This record gives sequence, structure tokens and C-alpha cells, in this order.
Amino acid sequence: MRIGYYPGCSLQSSAREYDLAARLVARHLGVQLVDIPDWNCCGASAAHSTDPFLAVALPARNLVLASEMGLDITVPCAACYHRLRMAQRELAHDRDLGRKVAEVLGRPYRGTVRIYSLLETITGIGLEQLAAQIVRPLKGLRVACYYGCLLVRPPGIGCDDPENPESMDRLIETTKAETVSWGYKNECCGGALVFGAREAAFRLARDILRNATGAGAHAIVCACPLCQSNLDLRQGQVNKMFGTNFAVPIFYFPQLLGLAMGLNPRDLGLTTHFVDPQRALKVVGG
Amino acid sequence: MPRIGVFVCWCGSNIGGVLDCPELARVAGSFPGVVFSTDYKYVCSDPGQNLIVESIRKHGLDRVVVASCSPRLHEETFRQALRRAGLNPYFLEMANLREHCSWVHPDAQEAAQRKAIDLVRRAVAKAALLEPLSPGRIPVIKRCLVIGGGIAGIQAALDVADAGLEVLLVEREPTIGGNMVKLDKTFPTLDCSACISTPKMVAVAQHPGIKLYTYAEVEEVSGYIGNFKVRIRQKARYVDHSKCTGCGTCWTKCPTSVPDEFNMGLGERAAIYIPFPQAVPNKPVIDAAHCRQLIKGKCGICAKHCPAEAIDYKQRDEVFEVEVGAIVVATGFGLFQWEKVYGEYGYGRYPDVITGLAFERLVNAAGPTGGKIQRPSDGKEPKTVVFIQCVGSRDEAKGKEYCSRVCCMYTAKHAHQVLEKIPGAQVYVFYIDVRTFGKGYEEFYRRVQDEGAVYIRGRVSKVYQDGTKLIVRGADTLLGEPVEIAADMVVLATGVVPSAGAQDVARMIGVSVDKDGFFQEAHPKLRPVETHTGGIFLAGACQGPKDIPDTVSQASGAGGKVCALLLKDELETSPMVARVNEALCTGCLACREVCPYRAIQAVTITERLPGQPPRERVVARVTEGLCQGCGSCTVACRAGAVDLKGFTNEQLLAEVDALCL
Amino acid sequence: MLLGGKDKPDPAFLEAVVRASGQKTLAHCYQCGKCTAGCPTTFAMDYKPNQIIRMLQLGRKEEVLGSRTIWVCTACFTCSTRCPCNIDVAQVMDSLRVIARREGKTRLGKDVVLFNDLFLLSVRRNGRVFESGLVLSFNLRRKTFFRDAELGKFMFARGKLRFTPDRPRGVRELARLFARAEERVEE
Repeated sequence: MRIGYYPGCSLQSSAREYDLAARLVARHLGVQLVDIPDWNCCGASAAHSTDPFLAVALPARNLVLASEMGLDITVPCAACYHRLRMAQRELAHDRDLGRKVAEVLGRPYRGTVRIYSLLETITGIGLEQLAAQIVRPLKGLRVACYYGCLLVRPPGIGCDDPENPESMDRLIETTKAETVSWGYKNECCGGALVFGAREAAFRLARDILRNATGAGAHAIVCACPLCQSNLDLRQGQVNKMFGTNFAVPIFYFPQLLGLAMGLNPRDLGLTTHFVDPQRALKVVGG
Repeated sequence: MPRIGVFVCWCGSNIGGVLDCPELARVAGSFPGVVFSTDYKYVCSDPGQNLIVESIRKHGLDRVVVASCSPRLHEETFRQALRRAGLNPYFLEMANLREHCSWVHPDAQEAAQRKAIDLVRRAVAKAALLEPLSPGRIPVIKRCLVIGGGIAGIQAALDVADAGLEVLLVEREPTIGGNMVKLDKTFPTLDCSACISTPKMVAVAQHPGIKLYTYAEVEEVSGYIGNFKVRIRQKARYVDHSKCTGCGTCWTKCPTSVPDEFNMGLGERAAIYIPFPQAVPNKPVIDAAHCRQLIKGKCGICAKHCPAEAIDYKQRDEVFEVEVGAIVVATGFGLFQWEKVYGEYGYGRYPDVITGLAFERLVNAAGPTGGKIQRPSDGKEPKTVVFIQCVGSRDEAKGKEYCSRVCCMYTAKHAHQVLEKIPGAQVYVFYIDVRTFGKGYEEFYRRVQDEGAVYIRGRVSKVYQDGTKLIVRGADTLLGEPVEIAADMVVLATGVVPSAGAQDVARMIGVSVDKDGFFQEAHPKLRPVETHTGGIFLAGACQGPKDIPDTVSQASGAGGKVCALLLKDELETSPMVARVNEALCTGCLACREVCPYRAIQAVTITERLPGQPPRERVVARVTEGLCQGCGSCTVACRAGAVDLKGFTNEQLLAEVDALCL
Repeated sequence: MLLGGKDKPDPAFLEAVVRASGQKTLAHCYQCGKCTAGCPTTFAMDYKPNQIIRMLQLGRKEEVLGSRTIWVCTACFTCSTRCPCNIDVAQVMDSLRVIARREGKTRLGKDVVLFNDLFLLSVRRNGRVFESGLVLSFNLRRKTFFRDAELGKFMFARGKLRFTPDRPRGVRELARLFARAEERVEE
């Protein structure tokens, strides 16, 4: 299978390991990820909070590039996925806007590209097929699958049920790891406020860490660089602000999948986490 | 040439305050065919009517135009006046000067006057072409069908039967009683629901005028007011009720157990069962979907133990036909399927999040816990109970915009029951508005607050399981704060929806439903019991969410309507029905397609044209008892063969010409 | 508050917000508070989301645009997902941020606006967000030079920070999009 790949800005720096793991696992599963040439930033929350035209025009350029490739696309970052889908919906509703964007870019906008989250692309391979690839079962590991906001909301844009998403749980269960049922799988991590209102953001991160560990999880699995960075990179800062002592590793789902498929932990970027996942992985024998 | 008289009514100042009525009468006098015209303060009054009668006699009038209010109000009044003067009452035409003119144009008197002249000219043009009409007569079958054996159907059946008429009560479940008999206590008086409904159930079974068919369904209805043909399917019970004594040996021996519908899945029953101990009839049926003998052909335990030899695995459904003169629809309500759409409350996967009706069974002494309020998950007594109102009511986003009317009160009752039965319990009720519209309802709500129920104004956003607790996240909008409660049990006030299959019943009997699937009454205020189809009446929650007193009132209303209809020997039908000119009809039957009352049938006629052999041909024919005179068929007919009496194409075109030329 | 007195509501403001956020109406809101009940950041808000909608219904422009609420909304769409009246509250908040910024009413959202501006500047210059540059210039402007220094060191050691931006060739096209966005604002 060949599919266009829109990595997004974070995956080039702070979320490098998500990119590494995504590419490696995709290759292992025979999915050819073709980078959208010359892609640009989706605009993230900065654009939609500032200017409605930019909020649509920035993602639209990527959709134009993808349609020129003649491929559908898959997006690892939940926030990028959300922005691309929202822009596509907006453009479908407002033809005039589409014409304006095309006019400025000097190329036509067609709106035919289908946008998938990486989670959808991987689960789309089929759970049985995936299970057949598992060579190093993660038996004994209990994880909380965390979907956050933008992967599942709003309804019609998100790629799973907004209230009880389960696709990641089913996917991770193919590794023989156990998934816990918990109340915060679709709560917001506050990542968008790390710079604008840090205390608020950290409080949300704390609640998620507390709920996941309360449900007995050794680790959290996610599908978004913002969630991962707010929960992992900033876990030390969260602990300091609230006097807690969380040490919960935060995996990207392809990292865990790759591990169970026998791929090299270093190649999957497992050595660049703030909270070292090794301790948690000891329960499955290192 | 017809001799038309025009009577312009002032309606006091209603018309006279805006229009110049004497001038109107003067102008009308110049219209073709008008030989007399006058104005009068109140034409509908006694002297006004006498004025019409005398003028007819004095001036030899043979057509009358009354320019006054809506025909809905006084058409019948004026027709009677014509009759008194010896004229065919259908030689009357009205011009609506009040609703269509003076009331809506009080600030544009000149233009209103011009419009009024046009309206009268139109009426005169039509009057010139009016034909005498006479109503038809049809016989009445003095028997009534009641569909649904809940409290509405029971009440209607008893009222009709008490008037000495024969009643057939058809219920699809193995017992009558409906939803009411599942309830524990009834608000606001707290009398026991079973205690007040089971005697009525028994009265139905014992009434000599009522034939009770349980575990049966109405399959087809045809015919019309006074003369319906009904096909009923008696589902196989696999138990011969003429032999069965209801001793109960069979269900104690049956090895199968399945979730018990009567107890909302909180308990279990056997495959041969009666739904509850006071069921009527008090004899069991076999649930074929779960009986081992019927599925696999192996078991036969109940037959072996039955002392009356009443078990008959070979029994088949029986289908029979009856004729009735009137039908009461009382199909009741079901619960909104919250599990499908309220993901934020867990999609039904938390066992201790239950519906109000399940709570009724939990708190009922005859229920699965013997009346002890226990959590379905672990059987423990809940100490903190949260009630969430408007689940599937007032929720556009979940597709239910309407208020279910009963939830505020039953939730208050539940709150009272928790506080009464569980010492030290904490009860929280999340509400948007508390609606206590009935007698004694507000007082009851106050009482429950006095007893300690904490009412929080706000919707709950999310419920999730955290260990053995259910975390309820809501808001107190009066404080402007979010609130969180760790609850042991959550009770959802799930909204009221039409009972499953109501749409099929509506289609079968040719009655329309509203946007929410409730049966459509003929008029929301003045004809709340009738439907648009003559002879079919509504009772209870099938027409819209209702509490018990309202249901019983409507059922008695329907019963009264049925009596008024069936106590006549013959019915007069409106003469304003469609008529097919068979010579012009091509037999395309486009009219039958569009007829909402299924009043058009295809018939084969033998045509004999001079010089040709007789030839058979299909044409449309109107069943006058069914036709409601809507006129859809006349529009659909391409050959111009269908006309509506009283609104013929010729008459309508004359009106258009009078207005436009 | 004297309704219809000197605090005269501003219906034009309500209309502008309804239009900009693509809502059918805000009139159906019956203040059930489900938005507030599910909102993750109410603790940091001065007015709760349902109160913002109420103030919009009454056209109370100054309070709404001057609120802290619109700047601590994370745009998580929980409110929009659950609103029984089909109001897309998150989209409304977005429109309020846009309007507040245009009208310079950002006193309680300075950091958010600064971050967003620098973010978009980075996109405008580089086509993609240059994370290290963005964080550095944000902390410089806020004069909190060392706020994320420790974390920066850690990320640098793990190869998670880059020194130079990665510039797609399409920067020129993007410049045109940005220019067009500015024209639209002026219109």
C-alpha cells in the first residue's frame, strides 16, 4: 500500500521518535509512506485562533500538494489531522473560499484527497494481520490508551467514537499488552496552553497521569506529539509544580507496536523519552 | 340564471371596524346573478339567520353568499338556515372577511376594502355554479377494536363495554397492564401502581362485553368508519389456555433462564412464563426463541410436568378476521434508547447506570430484589444516588427536542423513595427546569426537597467508572461552577418515545404520525382524541408523552367518542367527496397513489359502446366512507376525470377567473 | 443591571459572532451548563462557557471580549461534542479570540497572543514551525529566559531540537497566503 505522508512540524524535532517509529513500523508492515513534497505547517491552534482564512489556507496548500501526488494521505499528529480535516470540511461548505485559496496558490483545489490518521491507517491493515507480526508479546504490560481531543472530536471530524474510542485499545491488544479501562481516555491534556497558561495545562496533565496510574496502568500510549510532550517531556515540571512523583512512560502507539514486532528499541526512538520506558518494560522482560 | 343573495356581516367591529360593510353590500349587488344584497351587524345571531331565511323566501333566492368569518366557525350554522328556508344546505358559499381580511389588515383600510370586494366576487362566482348535494348513509357495526392493553386501552375498553357495546382488546404481550403495572408507586399521591391497576386488568378479563386477545397482533385493517375489517394474528402460546389452570408447575421446572423484560433485564425468567404474578391472563406462554424443545426438539420438561396436559408444542399462530365500527389506538410508549447515543454516560456499559423504569423494578416489592434498592453490579446498597433528568428529552443533538413531561415527577418520586428506604442516603438531582404542571405536583417536589434531595441546576457532561464509584461531572449553573460527585448509582430519567412498532400500526391503519413518531391527533386543542381518519381514535401516550391521569382522561374521551359513534344505527357521510367520471377515467390509478386515506380502489367495469362488443376496463372508484375530501386525487388525475363535490374544477376555475380577470 | 438601559445590548455583536462561527443560532441555549460541566479548564476561567453564551445572547460585548475565558479555552471540542442545542461552543470561542485580537482586547490573553503571533511568524518565514527558535523568542519577549532551559538542554542532548529551520520551497506561496489573509482583515 502506498499513501501520502504528512509528518507535521513536531515530528521533525520534539517528536522525532514518533516519526522514526511511524516510518519503521509502516515499512515493516509493507505500507509505503510517501512524503508530501514541500509540505508546510498546518497552522495549528495559532492560525485558527488568529485568522480564519489562514486556518483554512495553510492546510489547504498541503491538500493541493497531496492531490497533485494523486495519493490519499495519512497524518500521525492528531492536531495536524484535525486541522487538515477541519479545513477540508470548511472548503467543502464554502466553495468561494476554495476558489480564493486556489487563486492565491495558483493551483486548483479539488478536495478529493482522503485524510486518515496514522492510527486509522495502521488499524486498517487488520488486527489479525497485525497480530501475526507480533514476535515479542508485551504480556504483563498494562497500558492506558489515551486519545485526547483532536483525534476523536468533534464528531464527524475525529476518526473514532468521541466518547468511547477503542481503536487504539484493540490495536495495542494485538501486542498482548493489557489495556485498562479508564475515564480520561478522551480528556484534554492542555498541551495547547503550555505557553499561554502553563499552570492550567499542567493541571490537566497531572489529572491524566493520576487517573491512568489509578486505573493500574504502567504506561500511557498516545497518538499525538502535543499530548506526548505535555505528558512526557513536561512530567518533571508537572511533578515539581504539584509535588507529585509520577514516572509514567508515554509511548507513541507505533513505538509499542514496533517493540512487539521485534524492532530495535533505539530505532524506535525509545531512548529519547524524558521518562525512561525501560523500567516499565521490565515487566515484560526488558 | 341563479338568484344569488349576498349577506355582509360586520361581526361587530371585527369586520365593521375596518371595512365599509354597507358599501360592500352595495358593490356585491352589481355582481352577475346577485338579486339581493345587504349588510347586518351579526349575521350569525338569531335575527341574522332569520334575515337570511326571510330574504330567501321574499326574493326567491336559490344561492346564498355569507361574507363573514371562517367557514370553520359558522358554515354549519348558515347551512341550517338554508335548510330551514327549504333550500339545499349546500347552496351556501362563504367569503372570509374576518380572518382573511379585517383582522390581518387593520392598518390598510383602503386596500382591505378592495381585497374584500375581490373575496366577495370570488364567492359569488362560485355560488353561481353550486350544485345541490346530499350526504350518504352508511350502516355502523356496533363493535370496537382497542389496540394495546396498557392503562389507556384498558380504560377505553371498559368505558365502551360499560355502555353496552362489544369490545375486542388486542395486546401483543402475554399480559395486559402495559407500563403502568411495572411502576412501583405513582406520583404525587404515592399510591401503589399495581394496587390500582391490577383490579382494572381483572375487570377487563371478567367483563362480558370484552373479548381479550393477549399475545396477539393486529395485522391488517381495511374499510372505513363504521365498517372496518380487521385481521388479527393470535401468536402461538404453545399452551392450551382452555386446559391450563395457571398452577405454575411448568415455569418452576423449566431449565432455561433468560433476562426478564418485565424487570428491565434486572432479573431472570424461564422460557415458559407469566410476566409477573398478577398477569392477566394468569396463564403462561412459551417464548419460542428460547425454548429448548422448540429450538432443538429436546427437553419437553414442562409437558412432562403439566398436570393439565395443556402444553402443546405443535400449536401454530391463528389468524382470524373481525368487523368493527371503531378503533381506539392505545399503543403506549417505550423508553428512549439512551445506550445508543449517550456515550458520555457510558453507552450502557456501566451496570450501575440504570434507567428510571429499571429503578421502578428495583424499588418494587415484587421486583427482582424484593424492593431493596441494590446496585446491579454488586448487590450493595447505594449511599449516594445521582439522578440525571432529560436524558433523551430536550436534546436536539440526540434527536429528541420535546419534553417527556413525566420525568421531573417520577425522578422526584424516586428521590423520595431512596431517602425513605436508605437511611443516611445522599440524593442529587441534576435538572434543567423542574416542570410540575399537575395537581399536587409542585407540592410533591417541595416535599422531596424538604426530605433532603439536593437539586442541582445543570446537565451532566460525563459519567465514568472509577473503581467502584461512578464519577458524575455536572455543573451547578446557579453557582456558575462545575461539580463532581462520586456516586454509587446513577439513575437516568430516560425520555418517552412511541412504543416499538407504533409506526407500523400507523401505516397499517392509515393514520399519520408527527415528527417524533407519535400519532397525530386531528387538532391539537379541539380534537385531541380523534385522528384525521373517521372512526379511529387515540388514547394515551401513543399520541404524546403523558402521565397516568392524562392518559386515563384521554382514554375515557376516546371511549366516549366511540360510544357516540357506535350508538347510531347509521352514519351520515360528508357529501363533499371525490367522484370519478368513469367515462373519462383511463385507469392509470395515479389518484390511488396519492390518496392519503386509501379511499380509491381499482374496479373493473364492462363498457358497452354502440356498435362495439362489450369490453372490460379498469377504472378508479371512490369509497365514500373513507374519502375525507382532501382533493389530492383531482390534482393527480391527468384525464380530468376526478372531481371533488363542492369543489369541482369548474367551480374553482370560476373563482380564479373572478379573482384574476 | 438595567436591561435596555445604559448597558444596552449589542445585537450586532451577537450576529457577528453567530456568522463568524458558522452557527445557526445561539438563541436555543437554555443554560443547561453541559459545556461548563465538561470543560477541562473552567477552574482558570473568569466566566464559565455557559455564561459566555448567555452574555452573547444579551450582546454584552465588552465583558465577553475582555474575559480570560476565551484565552484559556483549549479548543478541545468537548463542549461542542455534547451541547444538546447543537451549539459549536469551541468554534464560538475561536471567533471570539479572532475578534478580540482584531479589536486589541487581549489584556488577559497576552501570552497566548504573543505565542500565536510568533508561531505564525515562524510559519511565514520558514513554512514550518521552527520549534527551538519559537520557544527561544517567546521566552526572550516574556523575559523568562530560563523557564525551559533545563528541558531545552535535555531535548538538545536527545537530538530533539534543531539549530536551523527547515525551509520548504513553497515559502513564497505561503507569503501570498499571509498577505491575502491581511487583506481580508482590512476588508
